[in-house]
Amino acid sequence: MNQFFKLLLAVLVMVATQACQDTSRPNYQFMPNMYEPVGYETYGKSDAFTNGIEAQLPVPNTISRGFVPYEYENSPEGYNAARDSLFSPLEKNEDNLAKGKALFTIYCAVCHGDKGDGQGILVKNEKFLGVPSYADRPITEGSIYHVLMYGINSMGSHASQINRTERWQVVQYVQKLKADLTN
Amino acid sequence: MKKVLPRPTIFTAFFATLVLFMSPDFLQAQEGDPAAGKALFNAQCAACHRLDQRLVGPPLRGVSEKYDRSWIYNWVRNSAGLIASGDAQAIAIYEEYNKVPMTAFPLLSDADIDNILAYIDAPPAQPKAVEATPVVAPPAESGGNVNQIVIAALVLVLLVLVVMLILVRNILTRIAAANGIEVPVTQSKPIWKAFAENQFLILVTVIFSLLGSAYFAYGYFMQVGVDQGYQPVQPIHYSHKIHAGANQIDCKYCHSSARTSKHSGIPSLNVCMNCHKNIQEYNGETTPEYSKAFYDGEIQKLYKAVGWDPDLQQYTGETQPVEWVRIHNLPDFAYFNHSQHVTVGGVACETCHGPVQEMEIMYQYSPLTMGWCINCHRTTNVNVKDNEYYNKIHDALSQKYGVEEFTVSQMGGLECGKCHY
Repeated sequence: MNQFFKLLLAVLVMVATQACQDTSRPNYQFMPNMYEPVGYETYGKSDAFTNGIEAQLPVPNTISRGFVPYEYENSPEGYNAARDSLFSPLEKNEDNLAKGKALFTIYCAVCHGDKGDGQGILVKNEKFLGVPSYADRPITEGSIYHVLMYGINSMGSHASQINRTERWQVVQYVQKLKADLTN
Repeated sequence: MKKVLPRPTIFTAFFATLVLFMSPDFLQAQEGDPAAGKALFNAQCAACHRLDQRLVGPPLRGVSEKYDRSWIYNWVRNSAGLIASGDAQAIAIYEEYNKVPMTAFPLLSDADIDNILAYIDAPPAQPKAVEATPVVAPPAESGGNVNQIVIAALVLVLLVLVVMLILVRNILTRIAAANGIEVPVTQSKPIWKAFAENQFLILVTVIFSLLGSAYFAYGYFMQVGVDQGYQPVQPIHYSHKIHAGANQIDCKYCHSSARTSKHSGIPSLNVCMNCHKNIQEYNGETTPEYSKAFYDGEIQKLYKAVGWDPDLQQYTGETQPVEWVRIHNLPDFAYFNHSQHVTVGGVACETCHGPVQEMEIMYQYSPLTMGWCINCHRTTNVNVKDNEYYNKIHDALSQKYGVEEFTVSQMGGLECGKCHY
């Protein structure tokens, strides 16, 4: 009978370990001392700052190294000024265009469509409406960049997702799309 | 005689569009065509206007009664001019909506605007009464189900066999009894006693049980510290299935720093607001568990965290950081860099993160163990094309290994110091 009980016990243990597997909690660790970082971890909690989080905003009135200020303000006047007087510092070449295309596909095509005709998948599914075709708007290098920086109407700013050079690459590709659409 | 307005039929719609395209000036009708108006509204106006909700601009239902039609024509084509001319009505609207000027639409004809107004004035579509949304049961996981059915069938067959054997034995005993044959009852030893007396059998059993327990012990220890399948509950229910699946938003739209840094960043809430400023409610597929009300509630949670007032369409400035629960977490002694894999290596996100576009709740797909890393490094070829800076070393490596394409491990991708330092 002893054997039988042992077998039963083994089965019970197996069932129990299966049943206790809780996917909403992380698993055990061998040596947490080696797993857990000593330094502050990205997005982690930290008592070094008063608000208790590691991710801090830059100190007011400071800029990071290599930061290039954007002089046009977020207003209709700023938009007009950028449209008329802001030009791309990038060379117009295949490399920039290819990078711009890759970025456009990630960040813009979902609404503006792969061709820039305002027929992205979100528009087709009627989730996001009123996206104009690039052909129908009097956009210039400067105005495209300005809108990427600050957003316009229902479009938000994409400055936190793509950096300055990348924005200008996207601008180059958008201009190519507009040229393709109007021809 | 009472004038009866013609019902908008397909024919009139067709006619109106025809007239619209041929000679918009001839059409001075005030009715307009709602169907053409809807298309125009969705293409031109919907970026800033809803019918019943404030967006960037005011809700539009009822504008044709509120304002004079010729004034509306002027406003749509050149609102800035109207404001500059000192029109009191125009200035009042401009002031009320945060001094955001409306884009001028000089290309819209009177007829176009009439069509748009006709669409706006059309009675709100009846909320398609419950529309019998066919709650399609998720297709059963065919593999698992078939297995279960097979096992159930086998168990059933076994039970039937046992019952049959017992019945046959009973019948045979009865026949034997009827025929007067005495079945000798053998005094059998209990099976465990026989087992205990057989030393060879015990030896074999011990070896097997030792091997078996070693197997299970090994299995247990190997899964310690592995979080495959980890699926925590997040403070805001974010469905990758809707965003990456149904809406096909690129992973890197939100996790943009995966391209450029070690971390695939958790998007800050301004990235959410790029779309959710406009998308205030969920209108997609629902299930009993995840209803429209549930999803709308989650969008409200987002608004609360980011401090957005959907009624005023303004940020209140009262923000609340969201405490997302981290799922993928390598131990501190292992270094991993996203940009190295995503941008340089060109590895697709799905390779490691699995079918995220099907996950209603995100979970860890890969084990993220060292063996798992190394397997991939051993089998993945490096793309060395168009990388002239390293041409020399690439050529030397191909020569050394005598191969056209070499793997990450042949390039030194298995050296300890690459990831542990």
